Amino acid sequence: MFTAERVGDPRDYIKGESGDWEIIIGLEVHAQVASNSKLFSGSSTEYGSEPNSQVSLVDAGMPGMLPVVNEFCVEQAVKTGLGLNAQINLFSRFDRKNYFYVDLPQGYQISQFEHPIVGEGEIEVLPIDADGNTLEPVTVGIERLHLEQDAGKSVHDLSPDETYVDLNRCGVALMEIVSKPDMRSPEEASAYVDKLRGIVRALGTCDGDMEKGNLRADVNVSVRKPGGELGTRCEIKNVNSMRFIRQAINYEARRHIEIIEAGGTIDQETRLFDSVKGETRTMRSKEDAHDYRYFPDPDLLPLKLEQSFVDKVKADLPELPDAIKARFMADYNLSEYDARILTADKTKSDFYEAVAKGRDAKIAANWMMGDLFGALNKASTDLEDSPVTADMLGGLLDRIADKTISGKIAKTVFEKMFEGGGTADDIIEKEGLKQVTDTGAIEAMVDKAIADNAGQAAAAKENPKLLGFFVGQVMKASQGKANPQAVNEILRKKLGL
Amino acid sequence: MTDLTNLTLEAALGGMAKGEFSSVELTQAHIDACQAGAKLNAFITDTHELALEQAKASDARRAKGEAGLLEGAPLGVKDLFCTEGVKTCAASKILGDFTPTYESSVTANMKADGMVMLGKLNLDEFAMGSSNETSAYGPVINPWRKDEDLVPGGSSGGSAAAVAADMCLGATATDTGGSIRQPASFTGTVGIKPTYGRCSRWGTVAFASSLDQAGPIAKTVKDAAILLESMAGYDAKDSTSLNIDVPKWSESCGKSVKGLRIGIPKEYSIDGMPAEIQSLWDKGIAWMKDAGAEIVPITLPHTKYALPAYYVVAPAEASSNLARYDGMRYGLRVDGVDLNDTYDRTRTEGFGKEVRRRIMIGTYVLSAGYYDAYYLRAQKVRTRIVEDFENAWQTCDAILTPTAPSAPFAVGRKVNDPVQMYLNDIFTVTTNLAGLPGISVPAGLNEDGLPLGLQIIGKALDEDTVFAAASALEKAAGFSAKPEKWWV
Repeated sequence: MFTAERVGDPRDYIKGESGDWEIIIGLEVHAQVASNSKLFSGSSTEYGSEPNSQVSLVDAGMPGMLPVVNEFCVEQAVKTGLGLNAQINLFSRFDRKNYFYVDLPQGYQISQFEHPIVGEGEIEVLPIDADGNTLEPVTVGIERLHLEQDAGKSVHDLSPDETYVDLNRCGVALMEIVSKPDMRSPEEASAYVDKLRGIVRALGTCDGDMEKGNLRADVNVSVRKPGGELGTRCEIKNVNSMRFIRQAINYEARRHIEIIEAGGTIDQETRLFDSVKGETRTMRSKEDAHDYRYFPDPDLLPLKLEQSFVDKVKADLPELPDAIKARFMADYNLSEYDARILTADKTKSDFYEAVAKGRDAKIAANWMMGDLFGALNKASTDLEDSPVTADMLGGLLDRIADKTISGKIAKTVFEKMFEGGGTADDIIEKEGLKQVTDTGAIEAMVDKAIADNAGQAAAAKENPKLLGFFVGQVMKASQGKANPQAVNEILRKKLGL
Repeated sequence: MTDLTNLTLEAALGGMAKGEFSSVELTQAHIDACQAGAKLNAFITDTHELALEQAKASDARRAKGEAGLLEGAPLGVKDLFCTEGVKTCAASKILGDFTPTYESSVTANMKADGMVMLGKLNLDEFAMGSSNETSAYGPVINPWRKDEDLVPGGSSGGSAAAVAADMCLGATATDTGGSIRQPASFTGTVGIKPTYGRCSRWGTVAFASSLDQAGPIAKTVKDAAILLESMAGYDAKDSTSLNIDVPKWSESCGKSVKGLRIGIPKEYSIDGMPAEIQSLWDKGIAWMKDAGAEIVPITLPHTKYALPAYYVVAPAEASSNLARYDGMRYGLRVDGVDLNDTYDRTRTEGFGKEVRRRIMIGTYVLSAGYYDAYYLRAQKVRTRIVEDFENAWQTCDAILTPTAPSAPFAVGRKVNDPVQMYLNDIFTVTTNLAGLPGISVPAGLNEDGLPLGLQIIGKALDEDTVFAAASALEKAAGFSAKPEKWWV
């Protein structure tokens, strides 16, 4: 039975005419298994290939074709289950979910209904409010995870009166991860998906690419009076970004409240989210719901796993985001905020660790989160495609550390590096940016500056603030390369400060 | 030269090995017989030219000393097995002229062993029927005749009729509830359904996946063993295929049955069973006793629930297996006003009445609210039936029963009475539900001169004992009758 014991934080309540309302949210996330071949056929899963170029006889539902389970996909599901701190079911079974549609050649989807491969688990989620502040952690229960086939793709917009079908995606393995109805705000829901995404990416069991639809969520929303009886829920299908998840929940919850407060009732139905209009609309009502006639697929034997296999997968499990974050806070002395940002996914944490190892961890974090992320953001690109690698950023920090360049010059070097100018050493060399630490040369420049500005030099004794002016002059003369500390020292001496 | 079509498979393989005749000669003789027997409607698709080419290639292989197990033998293939480049339609309009680009594992094994394929044999549509009258290509006529046209049984009616009429040396068939054994019984031929998982189901059009199993129909027990040796074998493409070696079953034929414990299940003496069936069964018991076997009365208490359970499970699986015939990718398509209308029209026009009936039954028993009462309960019955056999094996090594509750009946007699028709499977469905091997051996003629068969059921994977017992039965029965060639 559907229960929801947790009562949310009053801060998350929605004010209606009749008082406060609490949102109850449960999610079904479909995560495409990272695998080179499909769940029950040897076809490739590569994205973006020519339509219908990756379709086997099995995928096309040809007569007499039989599914054979891809053991790698099974291992990926087990890995994910372990990452969700969930029960791994040594006995699970594939069932047929029967319905007719043009992109479902067999006339049924092979899924797991009664006996999923993964049972109950839970993960801790850190919601973040609109200002980027981390709120207190929320535990979200995992109801189950099961393996199933994806369907093909129907293309309705190539012709006014025909539908085209691309079966490349048909048969690709999905993990459906079903949460318990434990979330109480749009922020909690998107934080949950973000957390799941981080886990599957760290495990390498799903690339988590929401834009390609490799991770998408069906969002179940209902409202109730805080702690009261549950309302009727609606399911919003296939929402494919964190922002859309929040928008869809907000819209849907307000829609429910409006209807209920106007004396109406909510119809249990399946809805679509229109991201352009920012609203949800009916896809099909309960009356139109399919009777899927689930039954065990007689073409497949029950999936029986050995405990030793599960143990082995567990032993080989990579470090998960939570553990990495805790380690970053302990080992690198990072703040919770920095650690959270830098462990948001495996690419980030790997990158950071490569930069921070053997260097000043805080400076490494500042450079990554400030300059690098800023530049990537401006260039609309991802860390995966960053022109500055971890090695390159590390090399730059080394030159700051050994005083070859100043922090200020480093910004210039970084910019050039980002534009493809080569390593920090290449750029420093080529552009002659090496910091001048030769006191003789600096002294000469200081002398010249004092000589050129005799008046200010005299005034400096009365007005030490003029030191800044002279520092500027010398730095300018050295084209920024003079070691600022040395310049300061010599100036103070010569100006008699 | 004697008529080459009278030969058994074993004799024909021997004759070719000794160089008495070539595969081309043997094949030509069978092509002539097929053409002469067109009236029986045993074939849907003839591949005579292809057969002669294959025969020629086979003779060349034999000349090089590369003869396979079935080298040069002209055989028929039930049109449920997909054959590369040759139309495969399961006797249904919905598949149209579907021509697979792939070869079923069973026929691929046989081709690798040198088979010559004469054509694709008629059957009940999607193997659903017990009389071969549900074929979209018209009924098959039994070579055995009494005043009027009789059915050859089903669903492998084409296979059985073609072998009985000497149109091929043997044929592939499939058995979901008796579809090999009942037609064998109706046509005086031998038919074996091996243990579930022995023959790969890959590339065979599915009816009910958990029950479907391929096997041969042949002229003798030994021929059946030779054919099954070629057909069987592990196939990684079928998850239910058994990864175990294929024994030399032909060597089990003729083995002594002295001391073998033959169980006689009392529940198979059903109400209203014709006296001729009971007396044939009694004869079989006496023959086995004479051959040195020990006769043991046994009980299979859940037998009476087998047929109803079968007619829940099989249609349930079929309703799902046949969903792929939707007019979208291959076969028949009848366009409607929208997608659902296209589905309706395509499937209404494409499927025959019996297939539609079973899809409806299957859809019903899997529906929300009915699943537990029908499908789940039927699966429980299935478990009980498996246990019945497990218990029986405590006291016996094989079981002897009649194959079918009657002799072949007239075309049109039962076609409008599905319940009467379904009763044909009463002695055969239990082995499908339990996954056990079962063989039908021709054991005698009734008063009308029509053939009747007896069935030996064995333990899982114990085809050896099944073949030994069947050949003892065959020897004792001395069945040598042949139908008059009235069709020539």
